[in-house]
Amino acid sequence: MSHHIIEVTKLQHVYPDGTIAIKDVSFRITHGESVAIIGANGAGKSTLLQHLNGSLNATSGQIRIGDTQLTQGTLPNIRRTVGMVFQYPDDQLFMPTVFEDVAFGPLNLGLSGSEIERCVTEALERVGAEHLRAKPPYHLSGGEKKRVAIATVLAMSPDILVMDEPTSGLDPFARRQLISLLRDFKHTKIFTSHDLDMVLDLCQRTIILHEGTVMADGPTSDIFRNETLLSACRLEKPFSMQGCPVCGRT
Amino acid sequence: MISINAAVIDLKRLDLLANSNSLIHSLDARAKVIVTFIFIVSVVSFGKYECARLLPFLIFPVVTILLANLPPLYFVRKIVLLCPFILMVGLFNPVFDRTVLYHIGQIGISGGWVSLASLLIRSILTIGAAFLLVGTTGFTATCQTLERVGIPQFFVVQLLFLHRYLFVLADETSRTSRARELRSCGKKGLGISSFGSLVGHLLLRTWLRAERIHTAMLARGFTGQIHALRQSHFGMYELCFVLGWSLIFISLRMLDIPDALRTLAAGFAQ
Repeated sequence: MSHHIIEVTKLQHVYPDGTIAIKDVSFRITHGESVAIIGANGAGKSTLLQHLNGSLNATSGQIRIGDTQLTQGTLPNIRRTVGMVFQYPDDQLFMPTVFEDVAFGPLNLGLSGSEIERCVTEALERVGAEHLRAKPPYHLSGGEKKRVAIATVLAMSPDILVMDEPTSGLDPFARRQLISLLRDFKHTKIFTSHDLDMVLDLCQRTIILHEGTVMADGPTSDIFRNETLLSACRLEKPFSMQGCPVCGRT
Repeated sequence: MISINAAVIDLKRLDLLANSNSLIHSLDARAKVIVTFIFIVSVVSFGKYECARLLPFLIFPVVTILLANLPPLYFVRKIVLLCPFILMVGLFNPVFDRTVLYHIGQIGISGGWVSLASLLIRSILTIGAAFLLVGTTGFTATCQTLERVGIPQFFVVQLLFLHRYLFVLADETSRTSRARELRSCGKKGLGISSFGSLVGHLLLRTWLRAERIHTAMLARGFTGQIHALRQSHFGMYELCFVLGWSLIFISLRMLDIPDALRTLAAGFAQ
């Protein structure tokens, strides 16, 4: 089970234009944890996430997924272990039909025939999108696209789920559905989000990034009670922890 | 802006038509691609002055529309939209080819006009057949069949991606041009300079999106090879479909049906 662990050590990334996106970031996420990485716009959240499956190469520092260090040689294995769900499902759903899109990863893993059918059906059923299997992705609503995007990753049986802004652009009902769905997953989960109420619902642990560095790492409820810290990192308490806008009571 | 949205909706409709259920829809895509190919080769193989012998070929689109329960007006409208382009191709035929071939009363019909009419009929038939193929098979299945008959995968994948992201690009274009329009106060924006910048932005966004898609593909184990799923069956129905239509097309190509009918009619008249 050790491959469910992510260990980031002194990670730094400098973009070609000289912008230091993340510097000296270290943390360890263990099996089954659900962790939120939050921060203001430009704090380095998405850049950090892209390092976790080798989409971006670190300027310095190390990443270990379980016992494996992330290198060019270990990339294929790590990409199977770390399932990444992108912020914009249109970037993730590129095949002509939902079925083919979900089958894309398993086919690359070498599965075929009835194994593909079983694995795609299971993944689609898990996100409640079995009825969409024959549809082209551009005929789906935002919420449906998000579910299918998650199915494309689940079909590869990852041990770790990494999701960039999972609830962005969803209506309240689709958001609630997605939160319920994610709560049921037993994977190690890492989210970036500005939806702090979702973070409060799903994540026991929160890491705050500010200008590329880790400003806080601890239990979500403790972090969200620290108004000084939140304010310094250009964040606010989740709505559910703020007072009533009419009477002011919490 | 409205026309972009309308075009996208129109394209989506063609895709939705391909998802219907009918005798033609249920046939294996390979059978339909082969029949359409033989149809197109038969039609274009006629001489440039041939008109009357092309008309019996209308039987194929008519029968397909009837059996597949497709809306005929939708396809007619699509073909009519392309007619101006076909006319532009043959525009100079009447100018350069003035040899009189036929006489209607006192009026001489030159070879240029006849070849223009022939070009128009042939284009309507072949474009119509291609539309019907996509309308009964779907763009994806058509592309996958093309790959199976030997078209390099590289081209087929490009076509599939083009089709997939056409909708996303059209959506972005329509949003960007709406933003430009709303800030133009009824004028033509800042003319060509703002239009150039708009197109440039779209290109850069397309580039960035392509990078993100590539990252998404790599994240799911892509190594340069698209593994297509194939679920099809070429059975007796498909064989009959291919043989039946091929026989009809070859007969129409070899025999002069209009002339035979003319002779028959003359015989009855005597």
